[in-house]
Amino acid sequence: MFRYIIRRLLQSILVVIGVSILVFVILFQTGDPTLLMASPDATKEDLEQLRHNLGFDRPIYIQYLDFASDAVRGDFGTSLRQGQPVFDLVIDRVPATLKLALTAFVLSVVISIPVGIISATKRNSLADNAVMGFSLLGQALPGFFLGIMLIYIFGGKLGWLPSYGQGDGSLVSSIKHLILPAITLSTFSLARNARLVRSSLLEVLGLDFVRTARSKGLAERVVMYRHALKNALIPVVTIFGLEFGTLLGGAVITETVFAWPGIGRLVVLAIQQRDFPVVVGAVTVIAIVFVFINLAVDLLYGVIDPRVRYS
Amino acid sequence: MNQTVATSTAEQPLSELGKAQTRRKGQPRIFRSLRQNRLAVVSFFILVLILVAAVGAPLFAPHDPERGVLIDSKKPPMWAEGGSSDYLLGTDALGRDIFTRVLYGARISLIVGFTAVVLAGAIGITLGMLSGFYGGRIDDIIMRLADIQLAIPFILLAIAILAVLGQGLDKIILTLGISGWVTYGRVVRGQVLSWKEKDFVEAARAIGAKNGTIMFRHILPNTVASIIVIASFAVASTILAEASLSFLGLGVPPTTPTWGGMVASGRDYIITGQWWIYTFPGIAIMLTVLAINVVGDWLRDFLDPRLRL
Repeated sequence: MFRYIIRRLLQSILVVIGVSILVFVILFQTGDPTLLMASPDATKEDLEQLRHNLGFDRPIYIQYLDFASDAVRGDFGTSLRQGQPVFDLVIDRVPATLKLALTAFVLSVVISIPVGIISATKRNSLADNAVMGFSLLGQALPGFFLGIMLIYIFGGKLGWLPSYGQGDGSLVSSIKHLILPAITLSTFSLARNARLVRSSLLEVLGLDFVRTARSKGLAERVVMYRHALKNALIPVVTIFGLEFGTLLGGAVITETVFAWPGIGRLVVLAIQQRDFPVVVGAVTVIAIVFVFINLAVDLLYGVIDPRVRYS
Repeated sequence: MNQTVATSTAEQPLSELGKAQTRRKGQPRIFRSLRQNRLAVVSFFILVLILVAAVGAPLFAPHDPERGVLIDSKKPPMWAEGGSSDYLLGTDALGRDIFTRVLYGARISLIVGFTAVVLAGAIGITLGMLSGFYGGRIDDIIMRLADIQLAIPFILLAIAILAVLGQGLDKIILTLGISGWVTYGRVVRGQVLSWKEKDFVEAARAIGAKNGTIMFRHILPNTVASIIVIASFAVASTILAEASLSFLGLGVPPTTPTWGGMVASGRDYIITGQWWIYTFPGIAIMLTVLAINVVGDWLRDFLDPRLRL
């Protein structure tokens, strides 16, 4: 077990290093940010000087090693636009994104499991058809379109909920501001998970041990919750873990629609402004969060499924 | 645990399965299967309609997709108050006909959806095949690469690549093609691992077939069913991804009509109430993706029920 954790940890670190190299190389190709920083009437020599001062004239691997050795100490460089340390900029935005992604995640899990169970146990009923219909619809609705419609209906027409930003900091205001973005972000994953829970449960309900449990006269409730559900949720937990990464990605769109001050919006703005260090820093941070959530899910897997052997 | 995408291990090639049943019932299995799934038939019909709209856009479109009439800007749909029969679904802020632009938008969505999926498939199948067939270091490198790519949310990766490449239809296809190979790679690898142990592979090797021949003539045909299923869902998710990137202004140049770009242009008019600017392109995206997913579901049930995606 201990050796397994160590090995997976090393693997995760390798993946994070890989991600940072990948992003670094991709963005290295975007060209020279000094052109954007220098004043329009700068001479060629001025540009050379600036490039030299910022270190952009060095070979790419030197630049990367330089970046990496600073990064492990929490120094991701300085934003070319805002002059602030990238680490601070990114860390400032982390709470907003986590708040949004976690709320969406909780919504998705808390709703999809019971809904999926109802759907599977009452197969082909009206409720089941409604759930499956919603599931198809939810997976086809682009997040930005859903967000805009929610803003139109609840923000504009009805005027019930605020549609931009995070609010003034009071609890009521922040909850109100969170509702529409969280619904927008969670819909896709909720739709997919409801269906996943349903099909996973249906699969387990068809297995021999469930028939045995029923035939020895156990109450349907015991069969369902003690026997079937526990087994059905094993694949679901894996997907839920991966889902969190998808939510972090989806947050880019949701944050843009709702002017939500999170990492996603930071990245989109930084790319538009060619703020190279901010993009590398933010994407690396997202990847780190993602990789370690996957690791946690992997380890959790062994707890709920004793068949998993760590080797 | 990296096996979230479980692979099918049918003992019999699927083409054989189909034939056996065809002979028994005297009617192709595909028609019986379709008759039981009316939703899939309706979806097929919708997709054909969208395809016709895309191909025939210049024929059906009543107006110029890129140039509008400014005095006719923000006209509501024909049936609403203030609407005119000139503009079936109304006009946008620049006086461009929404109906025309929705028709032309179908072209971008479908072109990107299909070509990017073919590209992703080509990359993924090749890498998955090499990975599963040769194993060892090649397998390690390719699968670590897949892990790295999966550690960056798809949309972020696409944004980063597009930021480098710049705008353009070819660039968005390239971006989505590169970022989409992993699913194919993993599934094909998994299948190759089980197929390469089979007797017919051994037999092929015994009569002196080269590795390339074994991979692409003997093993690949057995993975086709799964590949078709993955590809059908991938077309839907690629169309969604293209729409998202266009929404962020990272897709094709803004004058070109895309569904995502049209929704984005309607953002400024949410509160002022011009709902038609973003609603119709939004519905177009939803309908297309919905129809493809339903067909994909049917294809999975039909071809490879054990494949989990």
